[in-house]
Amino acid sequence: MAISNKLINSQTNKEKTGNDKTINNSKAVAIVGTDAVSEAMRQINPDVVAAYPITPQTAIVESFSQLVADGLVKTHMVTVESEHSAMSAAIGASAAGSRVMTCTSSQGLAYMWELLYIASGLRLPIVMPNVNRALSAPINIHCDHSDSMGARDAGWIQIFSENAQEAYDNTLQAIRIAENPDILLPVMVLLDGFIISHAIERVEIIDNDIVSKFVGDFNPPYSLLDSQNPVSVGTFDSLYGYFFEFKRQQEEAMLNAFKVIKDVGKEFGEISGRHYGLFESVGIEDAEFAIIATGSAAGTIRHLVEDMRSRGIPIGMIKLRVYRPFPAKELAEALSGLKAVAVFDRSDTFAGNMGGPIFIELRSSLYDLQQRPLAINYIYGLGGRDLSIELIEKALGELIDAARSGQVKQTVNYLGLRE
Amino acid sequence: MTANLTKQKTSTKLKDLVKKPQILTGGHRLCAGCGAPIAVRQMLLGVPDNVKLVVANPTGCLEVSTTIYPYTSWNTSYIHCAFENAAATLSGVETAYKSLKEQGKIKEDYRFIAFGGDGGTYDIGLQSLSGALERGHRLIYVCYNNEAYMNTGIQRSGATPMGSWTTTSPHGNSSSGKKENRKDLTAIAAAHNIPYVAQASISHWKDLVRKAQKAFAADGPVFINVLSPCHRGWRFPMENTVEIARLAVQSCAWPLFEVENGKWKLTTKVPKKIPVGEYLKHQGRFAHLFKEENKDVLALLQENVDAEWEKLLQLCGEAE
Ligand SMILES: Cc1ncc(C[n+]2csc(CCOP(=O)(O)OP(=O)(O)O)c2C)c(N)n1
Ligand code: SF4
Ligand SMILES: [Mg+2]
Repeated sequence: MAISNKLINSQTNKEKTGNDKTINNSKAVAIVGTDAVSEAMRQINPDVVAAYPITPQTAIVESFSQLVADGLVKTHMVTVESEHSAMSAAIGASAAGSRVMTCTSSQGLAYMWELLYIASGLRLPIVMPNVNRALSAPINIHCDHSDSMGARDAGWIQIFSENAQEAYDNTLQAIRIAENPDILLPVMVLLDGFIISHAIERVEIIDNDIVSKFVGDFNPPYSLLDSQNPVSVGTFDSLYGYFFEFKRQQEEAMLNAFKVIKDVGKEFGEISGRHYGLFESVGIEDAEFAIIATGSAAGTIRHLVEDMRSRGIPIGMIKLRVYRPFPAKELAEALSGLKAVAVFDRSDTFAGNMGGPIFIELRSSLYDLQQRPLAINYIYGLGGRDLSIELIEKALGELIDAARSGQVKQTVNYLGLRE
Repeated sequence: MTANLTKQKTSTKLKDLVKKPQILTGGHRLCAGCGAPIAVRQMLLGVPDNVKLVVANPTGCLEVSTTIYPYTSWNTSYIHCAFENAAATLSGVETAYKSLKEQGKIKEDYRFIAFGGDGGTYDIGLQSLSGALERGHRLIYVCYNNEAYMNTGIQRSGATPMGSWTTTSPHGNSSSGKKENRKDLTAIAAAHNIPYVAQASISHWKDLVRKAQKAFAADGPVFINVLSPCHRGWRFPMENTVEIARLAVQSCAWPLFEVENGKWKLTTKVPKKIPVGEYLKHQGRFAHLFKEENKDVLALLQENVDAEWEKLLQLCGEAE
């Protein structure tokens, strides 16, 4: 689309950028989330992109196709006939030693399911933005996190974004994380459908040269196109092989990812002024109770939390950025000593009143603490149901009651449900 | 795309072919007498000198038996991804090659070839195959066709002939084996208007090697359907594999032809067509068809073979 040319021609922004210092190497533009992602993809300039359109991701495939058509990237694009083939082609291209990206949403991600495990099992550093959308049925094109949560055990690193800026920043960082020799795992960058993908926001686009230097070159450990060292990829490893050991190594890589994600987030801060860790906390040090949320909802919730803190209410907030690997230890440390926590989940597990996936995992993370906070779960926003300030206030009221009374009235709650 | 594939300087003389390196090496665990490795080796005799090769395999007998970790029988680069996506996976490899070659990161000339079973090709992999053929990748897709899912224990596929016993099309009091005709996948591939499509059999090695040479010369997608009998599934003595394949050709149940740049051509004439029963009677999977109560099915099978053969002769301009 025209957007990419507009970006390239736009003026360098000399204003204060980032959250901690003045950095004059970026330009601020007003773009939608999908264009923020395709801008990151333009700058990454992957060797191969294989993708298939689905709402609300479609605009990424379209703008990237235009970038290819305009000769603004060196990428060879495979316009596959399905998401199953998108991930299959990505796997083939990555095994052939090239830097590969794809992107999808919802049914497309579900259709890739079998290949997600193959990509991670083969240790291929494919980067895939997933624009979060509800899974059918009933068919619904709006945001919730059921699609990527369905892939939480697939061995992919999963990083949530709060807004278009973070979608851009995370996509750039994902390349470095995925390709780190201690990791070599695929990475999913998550952004909320429509709320982020289709809203126009101010996004700072870092200069091309600086991004190129930041992402660097891909040096694959093995390649199908290394004629001196031919390899057999995806071989049969049955009863007497090393299957169990391979799986354990994947878990090792996930453990390594905690440090690498933090290192990359720090290095990214140096070029952008925006520093990233595993999660972001607001006022946790002196809070008595806290909210844990992820994705675009974190923005609304932060606004409310800051307002309450200014009125002397001892509340804190954690915005979960990295969902896989799950930073259980760090979260438990941060929340230790609090009286109560409310966990916001944008998907359900249908496990019989166990709550959403973040709640189940967070509650389990708190188990070993001497002083465990009470835990309440709010499932909200399924199929794009709006999360209003009033609804968050209702949940906060209940959280404060629980902290004060030492009792949780109802553990799993559905926020904004028509009852 | 319309280069004349016939005018390549390649030999099909045995004394030249024996000098070719073995790409699928010995020591694999396919059954003795299996048709699949014969199809693979004959195809790979067509690899031009001085090119590198990447082989792709969907899940199936060939894959599980040639890549038992930590061993591999493939003396070249090889990838197996899943059951239904060899064509899509290989199209990714080929695209990476084009991208890296264009950037000067790879110097050598590469060719890309997939060997899929009939299940991974006719059925679950058809969408991925069609997509890859339509997109015009320079890759060769070979179906080593043993007319059923052998790896999982002889289940019917879209390539299984009518009347055949399989474990999911058994015969019994109310069944005489598979009810449906097989689909004509070679014609479906030809309908993609790609540079080269052919049907071949391991019994006619010279014909197959010539087709392989054309396949490697073609500058675009190629599909070759190779009859590769499986004695376990077809129920015949393992030493008869090649002979059974020959009877399939002689009865016109498996005609040998090619479609080069849209032009259909019969590559092996059949001067003395034998009755299809002469081909079927050696195979346990068709034994029930020779009972009195199933003679209609046998007759229908013959009718179908005759009709398809007539249609093919028309397409090849050989009809009388
Ligand atoms: C998605 C999926 N479904 C089913 C299977 C099980 N499966 C593995 S191989 C196979 C049959 C293979 O048949 P074919 O492609 O004809 O190859 P052959 O074994 O006959 O050589 C099946 C059903 C699988 N691996 N993946
Ligand atoms: S079962 Fe059939 S196809 Fe499979 S290895 Fe044995 S003979 Fe070959
Ligand atoms: Mg088969």
